[in-house]
Amino acid sequence: MSAILHLQLNWADWLNLFGRYLLLSLLSIGGGITTAPDMHRYLVDQKNWLTDAQFNASISIAQAAPGPNILFVALMGWNVGVNAGSFLTGLLGVLLTMGGILLPSTTLTYLAAQWGHRNRNLRSVRAFKQGMAPIVVALLLATAWILAGIERDSTQAWPLWLLSFASAIFVWKTRIHLLWLLSAGALLGWFGLV
Amino acid sequence: MWERLASRLLSFRAITQPFPMNTNLPEDHPRPRSLADLFISFTLLALQGFGGVLAVVQRELVDKKRWMTREEFVEEWAVAQIMPGPNVVNLSLMIGARYFGLPGALAALAGMLTVPLVLVLLLALLHAHFAAHPGVAGALRGMGSVAAGMIAATGLKLFGALRNNPLGIRLSVVFGVSCFVAVALLRWPLAYVLSGLGFAACMLAYRRIKA
Repeated sequence: MSAILHLQLNWADWLNLFGRYLLLSLLSIGGGITTAPDMHRYLVDQKNWLTDAQFNASISIAQAAPGPNILFVALMGWNVGVNAGSFLTGLLGVLLTMGGILLPSTTLTYLAAQWGHRNRNLRSVRAFKQGMAPIVVALLLATAWILAGIERDSTQAWPLWLLSFASAIFVWKTRIHLLWLLSAGALLGWFGLV
Repeated sequence: MWERLASRLLSFRAITQPFPMNTNLPEDHPRPRSLADLFISFTLLALQGFGGVLAVVQRELVDKKRWMTREEFVEEWAVAQIMPGPNVVNLSLMIGARYFGLPGALAALAGMLTVPLVLVLLLALLHAHFAAHPGVAGALRGMGSVAAGMIAATGLKLFGALRNNPLGIRLSVVFGVSCFVAVALLRWPLAYVLSGLGFAACMLAYRRIKA
């Protein structure tokens, strides 16, 4: 674990941070997390604005917290800003990184979706949506597989797989509220049963 | 000159208008009542989504509120997934735009992000004190694997939406299984899988859809 960082950032640095996230936004096909390796290269290795521990904590806290996982970007901006001085610069960091990662992609998505709906009777638009359907549905199963860490080579991991499997069945076949399942998972984990 | 200006303005208006609704839905089809309803609904969805929000969005908007059918949800999801940016964020702004145009997109987006952003910053401040506790790490691990199961269940539910797909059930399964193998088992880069398999699937679908 590296030492605490004290940064001096000038306006060119802030602009650079914003610009990098604008660029990453356009590259984040398949979700924000796909650009995390590049963020690590930039923030930790290249600029030394963030420690390794801060980087990892940003991702794991955002994943555990309620809300979209893309908030890990906000935490990175927050940590860079706090490293540069105060909570105020922390908020500036949140604003620049979240604004950067969201502006290009949301604008593009809005325009594309709008165009798609306007032309929804075109043969090519229908073919695109219908053709992609089986692929994006299967992609959900692939994501679940990766998140559950089924391939994790560990004999101790089977209770976790069992928990993932059981929660999949419950969500699929019953109308039980999702928060009950999450609480059950949290309790099992708290007492070290999974 | 005025005519040109007017048509400019009109086309700007068109860009911020709600997307036309699917015509085969009955008039009294459930829908968000207002921008505030949209904002609050998406805030609540986001706050229930630990380790990812998609499972909650599908369950609440399709299964419970019935704002959209399973088929419509898959169509929106396909676009949200292909476009750059966080998928669930893309999906929420598209759903918001369906009902209220640009203001709807912004309301859904704000709902999805505002309160969770405040919460996650608070959690980051707390994290330093509790990260070392073994129970906290365990609870996070347990919630993580439940969240993985929830995403799997969402995939399983949406498979039903492929029944009426022009590709037919057999080809849908072939494309689905290839995608799963390539992404989950072979760990190929998503961009290649989406463009390669996607291109083939869209071409086949194009040929099977009557013009």
